Amino acid sequence: MTAQTTTPASTATQLPFAKAINAGLDAALAGDPKVLLMGEDIGPLGGVFRVTDGLQATYGEDRVVDTPLAESGIIGTAIGLALRGYRPVCEIQFDGFIFPGFDQITTQLAKMHYRSSGRLTVPVVIRVPYGGGIGAVEHHSESPEVLFAHTPGLRVVSPGSPQDAFVMIQEAIASPDPVLFFEPKGRYWEKGAVDLSTGPYASGGTSAQAPAEADAFDTLNKAVVARPGTDLTLVAYGATVATALKVAASAASEGTSIEVIDLRSISPLDTTTVVESVRRTHRCVVVHEAPTFLGSGAEIAARVTEQCFYELEAPVLRVGGFHTPYPVAKIEHEYLPGLDRVLDAVDRALAF
Amino acid sequence: MQSTQAPETTDDTPMQIVAPDGRRVTSERNAPYRARLAGLDDDDLRGFYRDMMLVRRFDTEATALQRQGELALYAPLLGQEAAQIGSGRALSPQDMAFPSYREHGVAYTRGVELPHLLQLFRGVDHGGWDSEAHRFHLYTLVIGSHTLHATGYAMGVQRDGLVGTGDTTQDTAVIAYFGDGATSQGDVSEALGFAAVNNAPVVLFCQNNQWAISVPTSKQSRVPLYRRGHGFGVPSVRVDGNDVLACYAATTEALERARTGGGPTFIEAVTYRMGAHTTSDDPTRYRTSAEEDYWRDRDPIDRLRILLRTEGLWDDEAEAALAVEADALGERVRTYVRGLGRPAASSMFDHVYATENSLVTEDRTWFADYEASFTDQGGAR
Repeated sequence: MTAQTTTPASTATQLPFAKAINAGLDAALAGDPKVLLMGEDIGPLGGVFRVTDGLQATYGEDRVVDTPLAESGIIGTAIGLALRGYRPVCEIQFDGFIFPGFDQITTQLAKMHYRSSGRLTVPVVIRVPYGGGIGAVEHHSESPEVLFAHTPGLRVVSPGSPQDAFVMIQEAIASPDPVLFFEPKGRYWEKGAVDLSTGPYASGGTSAQAPAEADAFDTLNKAVVARPGTDLTLVAYGATVATALKVAASAASEGTSIEVIDLRSISPLDTTTVVESVRRTHRCVVVHEAPTFLGSGAEIAARVTEQCFYELEAPVLRVGGFHTPYPVAKIEHEYLPGLDRVLDAVDRALAF
Repeated sequence: MQSTQAPETTDDTPMQIVAPDGRRVTSERNAPYRARLAGLDDDDLRGFYRDMMLVRRFDTEATALQRQGELALYAPLLGQEAAQIGSGRALSPQDMAFPSYREHGVAYTRGVELPHLLQLFRGVDHGGWDSEAHRFHLYTLVIGSHTLHATGYAMGVQRDGLVGTGDTTQDTAVIAYFGDGATSQGDVSEALGFAAVNNAPVVLFCQNNQWAISVPTSKQSRVPLYRRGHGFGVPSVRVDGNDVLACYAATTEALERARTGGGPTFIEAVTYRMGAHTTSDDPTRYRTSAEEDYWRDRDPIDRLRILLRTEGLWDDEAEAALAVEADALGERVRTYVRGLGRPAASSMFDHVYATENSLVTEDRTWFADYEASFTDQGGAR
């Protein structure tokens, strides 16, 4: 059964992405005294994007911790806190600054459960504002998600809507596994409907009650059909979900019906939802901001090809960043997979 | 219990309580530390000697097992027995230790079965012991990483309200072990910074064994390592790492400060790795026999033996009884290691995640089918 995106209940509030994440963090902090936030400038400033705005005032300096400026230190001490029974949520200020913490994430955080034969869990969440389109300088617009998705032991997710952002951050915190939570910073100010009664903490739960079964973390495991369609499957996540929905709307005006899949999670990957969609539409285009070469699109193309070989009417096409460092802001919109480049790929797929 | 005063020292001479010739040293410098030994009786002193002898025997056996092809690799502790037993015996049951990968002596003081340490080196387990039960974390192979884990753990101890309560059965300290090479890693500096600004109850215990594989300490730092702590505002002390009583006293002092709310301490224990870095290493390529002789004359076990004999606490009969015990340990190590089986290949899919993960499930299923395909053809591979 394919998950379909649902409109939040009538009690929903219109919230921008950043506020939705803030509300999810607030719910988790309120729901479990073991949850704490740590990062640079997340206290009185509320983070450079204000995602943690007001939380230190509510929960105090011991639970919303302004740390020294040291990414490895933030993540390494978070691992220690998790070993002591806490649930730290680290904020990395920008995508390109995660690399000083890369060692701790890939050699320690990802491996602790495995190394201990399951005796130790390290429920650490690392929030990473990622992606471009905000006119920033070097190291402030990158999409390094695949570097982490390639590492067994880590979950790598990215919400595509404010509603998902609200629920997914709660599920990430409740998860006993480490989660890399990539926030599409270019969408921080975009509003969407959010039902503030959803998610493991907002609905009255605590981490202690969180079941260990994977099914308990729906939004971390299951892709969702963000828009149904019949002629082509457009796979996206994070910032590119909004782009994909615009493409689908634009194509619809020309009589083409595009189904948009919001992956939500890059690792694990819900291949089933993608494959079921492609079996209906027979064509597939994958969109992401990260460089195309060995990107998540390559994995999806390989899986779709393997499982839908006889049903495909066209090769799986990818639209992503180029094999260049993220370019300067004045030309970043030529680098990013925007409406026109995605439509071009859709046209090529349909022309086969 | 009052928080203890941090030692204000800029004396590069390692603090010593027993000289290499086994004589007790009396000085103004070590006076406060000598007082830390007041609680030790004769049995405790004999216990230190026994501990060091047993872990050395374990070390000898493990090295031999590697040479016989029974272990893929082994990291000897030869020469560092005093630093490890002295500091390890200073820990309270509730304290938590974060080792690197050579802390077999500390593991022993935490009740870890010594043979179990070899599962890692045999290649049957990435760990091999219950780190929570023993309050001794798993070995960490990436240099210095665990100093941050220890510091974070100590920040958790603070939040749990287990610092400075006055209840000595509850107040908790954390200790991290690392080498001289690790002090060059950013993580150790970051650990010092985080520990300092959080006043975390953590002791950063550096065993300066003079060599980071083949590179001497002089190529890691222009200043004595203990002085690194001063820049972070962390009380720091340099001790003779081959003097088990000095190591015990300095660590006891630092742990008590941590437990009582006095914050972190950096200890540099100046010792010497008498063996190779690991069994894959060849120290003859980078150091002289004269240097090794110099340190052999400062053997941590010899000096305590002389002291015990001088003070009438040890004799040939006790030595013979200990030799029997060491032989039994050696036999136990050999038997245990040779009896370790090969884990099921399918166990590689276990515990990648705490929750079920579709990617792992997919691979596990594929592998099971693949293995079964051989069975279908008339038997296992």
